[in-house]
Amino acid sequence: MNPMRMRPRELQAGTITRRTFLKATAATGAGLTLGLYVHDVGAQAPATPAPQPNAFIRIGTDNTVTVIVKHLEMGQGTFTGLPTLVAEELDAAWSQIRAEGAPADASRYNNLYWGPSQGTGGSTAMANSFEQYRQAGAAARAMLVAAAAQQWGVPAESIEVKAGVVSHANGKKATFGQLADAAAKQPVPASVKLKDAKDFVLIGKHVPRTDSKAKSNGTARFTQDVKLPDMLTAVVAHPPRFGARVKSFDTDSVTGVPGVRFVVGVPNGVAVVATSFWAAKKGRDALKVVWDEAEAFKYSNADIMAEYKKLAATPGKVARNDGDAAKAIDGAAKKFEAAFEFPYLAHAAMEPMNCVAKLGADRCEIWNGEQFHTADQAAVARTVGLKPEQVFINQVYAGGSFGRRANPASDFVVEAAAVAKALAVGGKPNIPVKLVWTREDDMKGGYYRPAYLHTIRAGLDANGNIVGWQHRIVGQSILTGTPFEPMLVKNGVDGTSVEGASTLPYTIPNLAVDLHSPSIGVPVLWWRSVGSTHTAYSTETFIDELAAAAGKDPVAFRVALLDKHPRHRAVLELAAAKADWGKPLAPGKAGEKRGRGVAVHESFKTYVAQVAEVTVDKDGKFKVDRVVCAVDCGIAVNPDNVRAQMEGGIGFGLSAALYGAITVKDGVVEQSNFHDYPVLRIGEMPAVDVHIVPSTEKPTGVGEPGVPPIAPAVANALAAATGKRIRNLPLSLA
Amino acid sequence: MPTIFVNKDRVDIASSVPSDTPLLWILRDNLNLTGTKFGCGMALCGACTVYIEGKPTRSCQTPLSALKTGVEITTIEGLKTKEGAAVQAAWEKLDVPQCGYCQSGQVMAAAALLAAKKRPTDADIDAAMAGNICRCATYVRIRAAIKEAAKSLA
Repeated sequence: MNPMRMRPRELQAGTITRRTFLKATAATGAGLTLGLYVHDVGAQAPATPAPQPNAFIRIGTDNTVTVIVKHLEMGQGTFTGLPTLVAEELDAAWSQIRAEGAPADASRYNNLYWGPSQGTGGSTAMANSFEQYRQAGAAARAMLVAAAAQQWGVPAESIEVKAGVVSHANGKKATFGQLADAAAKQPVPASVKLKDAKDFVLIGKHVPRTDSKAKSNGTARFTQDVKLPDMLTAVVAHPPRFGARVKSFDTDSVTGVPGVRFVVGVPNGVAVVATSFWAAKKGRDALKVVWDEAEAFKYSNADIMAEYKKLAATPGKVARNDGDAAKAIDGAAKKFEAAFEFPYLAHAAMEPMNCVAKLGADRCEIWNGEQFHTADQAAVARTVGLKPEQVFINQVYAGGSFGRRANPASDFVVEAAAVAKALAVGGKPNIPVKLVWTREDDMKGGYYRPAYLHTIRAGLDANGNIVGWQHRIVGQSILTGTPFEPMLVKNGVDGTSVEGASTLPYTIPNLAVDLHSPSIGVPVLWWRSVGSTHTAYSTETFIDELAAAAGKDPVAFRVALLDKHPRHRAVLELAAAKADWGKPLAPGKAGEKRGRGVAVHESFKTYVAQVAEVTVDKDGKFKVDRVVCAVDCGIAVNPDNVRAQMEGGIGFGLSAALYGAITVKDGVVEQSNFHDYPVLRIGEMPAVDVHIVPSTEKPTGVGEPGVPPIAPAVANALAAATGKRIRNLPLSLA
Repeated sequence: MPTIFVNKDRVDIASSVPSDTPLLWILRDNLNLTGTKFGCGMALCGACTVYIEGKPTRSCQTPLSALKTGVEITTIEGLKTKEGAAVQAAWEKLDVPQCGYCQSGQVMAAAALLAAKKRPTDADIDAAMAGNICRCATYVRIRAAIKEAAKSLA
């Protein structure tokens, strides 16, 4: 979800220089000494910080291999995918692999695509780690082999490692655990050679998730489950409107609520701190706060869209300009124009936002499903008055995020730290506080996918060729006003607002994309697949409309325009073939109409095409029956996880397409919970067939790219069934 | 002092505990049974599903005052039925969970379905699981894993 896609650091595929290598895995040797550091998020922090583990791997004398995963596990599979890279090069047995979240330390765990910053987003976890984690595994393997060679008095080259067993033709055998101590004394190799793809035994094969068992029996630990001695729970009264401030609050109003211990002001409200969640919530319900709404946001959706429509009538900042689109359209044989409206969307992760903070004199400890380590570490440090390196973040599983837990404003993390700070200032340091947002707090708390208005004009010549395409986008910038603005907003264009539109792959001689980024008082944020959540819809439904107007098949029409984009074309053709495109759909029951629609879209360098099949009943109600999905993500490190992410991305995207809409009335968010912000349930989930394009390209991410094509594919299917083109989301045939 | 049984253990609840306290928070905050999750607080998402006298129930909307003395409560930590074991095995085999936050509730609902119906149809699954939201949309695998579990029990 994070759009920061800097150029990946160039890494040589096979060998690496000693300098780079040492930087990447300097502590590998230390880790092999093992047992130095036991990471238990539930335990109280030791009085003296324990010795640091190595960067990526710890091999225990109990023969376990613990992989330190620098990226948050929020469902997308990092705790399986990154350990797979280590296990592959280490030649470990999968059964001996464990995964553990890395602490916040950008010097060792930075996202290689983000420069000196640690965090998870933009579907970069696998892509940026692919060489790094394999190198770590290969180095550890070399050290185990060197140790065995020394003990057995044989040349290292004559030693074999297979499925966690180190052996020699002379009959000598040892486990990693038996060699761990000796291996730790070996020098870190100057260079390592990575395997050829043909020799992979785990990458590209079936490897089960490391977290399925714990997530099926209730033992997986999320922020919500962190329990520390003397811990208190905080529930915060937030302002009813964005931008309002606390004028005053009446601590007497919570007197007598059992369990309430403290009432403290925090930057965005008033926290009630109690011995349990229920006590804190009852205290919050009883608390009287007077709000200062002088600066508050008080507009309604209609006001926002009216403003956007005015802007759409004027040229915006140029995001792309090939040829002369306006002139080409004016001279076209047939002209087309459409406007598309997209609502605000809440992430609505299953685990409402929360964070645990504990502040002492020179140390602040955080427990969090941490997605934005470096930014949050700095924000907490500023909040509590410490240095970033005095902020220790314990990684736990996140119960979903979809971008919400990576917020440049660090909102809920700062809120937890602010409560801990208030307690410390009040003479109660070292009390761990768990901040818990209710579902309502989460739904109304802002940081939504922005609302957008798109207009597209296009022209066809007499032969049905697109001669011009003019695309205008109006909507809030996600990055403006954040620390990422200088890097990622270019010439007034926030790349996250136009991605997917400015990168339209179709060969169109005259193509213009421009952008208005009005400032609106509703906090916004990236949301699983970011700009592509809206650009895929407008571009892929409009191209479908043009294909129909040109009297051409929607797949053939696109394929003809993808001559410069073979990976788009390949997934499109694969999805079409697997969906039996061209053969008629089986008819529905009496009174039902059926339709099939297609969409193709690249996001985060992963290419996805989807064919959706729908059934529409006589009342205009519809069901998505089946989705055929083709994906090209380079090497599929874990094909089953690629399938899972496509299935989940389709369901997540369909949920928004069918229902998603956050609306504001006089500045108040109208939705609060799953009754008025409905989400997809099992009965609405289509069957999904996923097909992976075989590839030798470097892997790209799969967490987000399954989302963008589903809404346009369904809309195109509905148009095929009914003739009706839907411009506004969520989808409705009414 | 009401007495309830949680996963066969006797629990005496002090009279100082407010009677409107939802069972969910007694389990989580007092008994440290954190497998049962808080998702919505309004019985809309199913993450808090436990069994009360064997029946799947939303613990977030079950206040202490609604619990009869001696009532038997089963949480994910105490799920020991053969259907529960089969569901958990199938969940692992098919790698159903993604973020995993809803899955305790999904497993409880699925095991209850199989206890009531040995070979559930798609319609049975849709009906029994309709109250359990998964934002990762693992529904394809939930459906497949329920069928897998049913097969393993046959």
